[in-house]
Amino acid sequence: MDMTLLKRVSDSEWQIEPHGKMRVPAILFASEELIRDMDAKVYEQIVNVASLQGIQKAAYAMPDAHWGYGFPIGGVAAFDPDEGGVVSAGGVGFDISCGVRTLLTGLSAEDMPPIKQSLADALYRHIPAGVGSRGLLNLSDDQLDEMLVDGAQWALRLGYGTANDLERTEERGRMAGAQPEAVSDFAKNRQRREMGTLGSGNHYLEVQQVVAIFDEPSAMAFGIRHGDIVVSIHCGSRGLGHQIGTEFLRDMAAQAAGYGIDLPDRELACAPIRSPIGEKYLGAMRAAINCALANRQIITHLVRRAFAEVAPRAELTVLYDVSHNTCKVEQHQLDGHSKQVFIHRKGATRAFGPNHPAVPEALRATGQPVLIGGTMGTASYILVGTPESEGRAFSSSCHGAGRQMSRHQATKQWRGRQLIDEHAGRGILIRSPSARGVAEEAPGAYKDVNAVVEASEKAGLSRRVARLEPVICVKG
Amino acid sequence: MAHTHTDSTPRWEHFAHGSDIGVRGIGATREEAFEQAAVALVAVMTDPALVASKGEIIVECEATDSEVLLVEWLNALVYEMAVRGMIFGRFVVLLEGVRLHGEAWGEEVDVARHEPAVEVKGATYTSLFVGQNPDGSWVAQCVVDV
Repeated sequence: MDMTLLKRVSDSEWQIEPHGKMRVPAILFASEELIRDMDAKVYEQIVNVASLQGIQKAAYAMPDAHWGYGFPIGGVAAFDPDEGGVVSAGGVGFDISCGVRTLLTGLSAEDMPPIKQSLADALYRHIPAGVGSRGLLNLSDDQLDEMLVDGAQWALRLGYGTANDLERTEERGRMAGAQPEAVSDFAKNRQRREMGTLGSGNHYLEVQQVVAIFDEPSAMAFGIRHGDIVVSIHCGSRGLGHQIGTEFLRDMAAQAAGYGIDLPDRELACAPIRSPIGEKYLGAMRAAINCALANRQIITHLVRRAFAEVAPRAELTVLYDVSHNTCKVEQHQLDGHSKQVFIHRKGATRAFGPNHPAVPEALRATGQPVLIGGTMGTASYILVGTPESEGRAFSSSCHGAGRQMSRHQATKQWRGRQLIDEHAGRGILIRSPSARGVAEEAPGAYKDVNAVVEASEKAGLSRRVARLEPVICVKG
Repeated sequence: MAHTHTDSTPRWEHFAHGSDIGVRGIGATREEAFEQAAVALVAVMTDPALVASKGEIIVECEATDSEVLLVEWLNALVYEMAVRGMIFGRFVVLLEGVRLHGEAWGEEVDVARHEPAVEVKGATYTSLFVGQNPDGSWVAQCVVDV
């Protein structure tokens, strides 16, 4: 990105002054190095977001921002319906409620050598991953509708988990306001047999080892110690969310002119929150959030089954489950007043600070866990929301490493088999149905996750608690 | 000798996009370009040459313009592959203005044989273009989200 277009506010904050059709400034949180490497498209897209009707305070880009669809990935924007504020299908993304769930296992690194191979095989056997994989369930129309309304709570009724799991899941596992009737039959058909599947692309299931603790008191509150083994699940609402995203993007783009919305980019398709299509989208999107929460809940159950076979001593409890592709109604401080706004986080993680009522009681004094997925060869992080994150970007932080190389280029540079062997040599077992899929997800195709989380901490978006390194990785 | 073709020989290619991938079909007619774009879509997942033509499905779509029609066509294929657990390798497209009749041949996904790399979530409006090159050949392209 051209640095001359930005005003430097601090080492970790850069501003684009309102110009042209912009209604508010755009703020980018990142180190100078990350900004230099950032796609020029991020500039264009965040300026477009800042031009949308009803936007509040500023349009924000997180340190891992890159070229998305309409919104940049790593984009955050809040809208007030009373000021004509909009909801955007592109601002949520195709994989609605994609997110990370991290499980504690009660095992430590010393327990791993004798079970590692068999655990990798058991996880790969139990968790359906990749193209064409099917879940254990084949849902009827009624079951689909119940799942879309009750989310992880529905999964629990089927025996997939415990009440404690819900305690540690955003929205207690059930997003209110879901409208299954707003979800098309196409979307439902795509999901019927996909519950409890991981998907493909950048989605994964990893067994990870805690290799560093940055904040002892928070780590203690989260129940993690140096050397602990944890499991992280990264996936979303599967075919259902993709279909909803595709359909509403098309319909919002077609109707935009009718609402007086001049779209600089068709992918920025949006509609007033208070419009029939805006309300319908919110109902469908919330149903997709429930689908993602139910999906991660069922996968949790499958992970427990795999561990029960290989390491019966392990006790898997949910540390937290947080989504990074959503639009949510939240109360935020604006001009000294508390105001209800609709916050889009596209490739950005909610990061509530201490004492926020939405944070589970046991963690409330500490702050909300912010779960950051890295790559299969580098590291992932557990961060925590800070008191100042509210004032920075409506309590939002980064979500991952962010790609820096196309899939095309990655397959030219790496071979899947070779990557699998190299990782095995370093003690990281990869299980995947597709060697090419592994090559496309090569760690070198991603930005440096360490730089991204450091920038998030410096910018006051969140604070580092622990660094995790992969031991086993199941890729779709 | 290298394979030679005129500029309108039906063919497909991929183009780079930040985190996803672009699909491009080229042909002597708009129909051929749409058919080849579908082959490019399959090639995101697997080598189209590995797909046997065991079954056929019919797709009908309509849109406001030719470009949106391309997105609709590719998304219809994404949907059919997802719900049928199939993968397609060969396509025939008939166009009448902004109405499309498409036929797709393929088979059930065989993970061991097809080794599908990634599933396509949907076709997008990014880098979306349907039109003619100066030499008269047709191009149909967009980025697909994976």
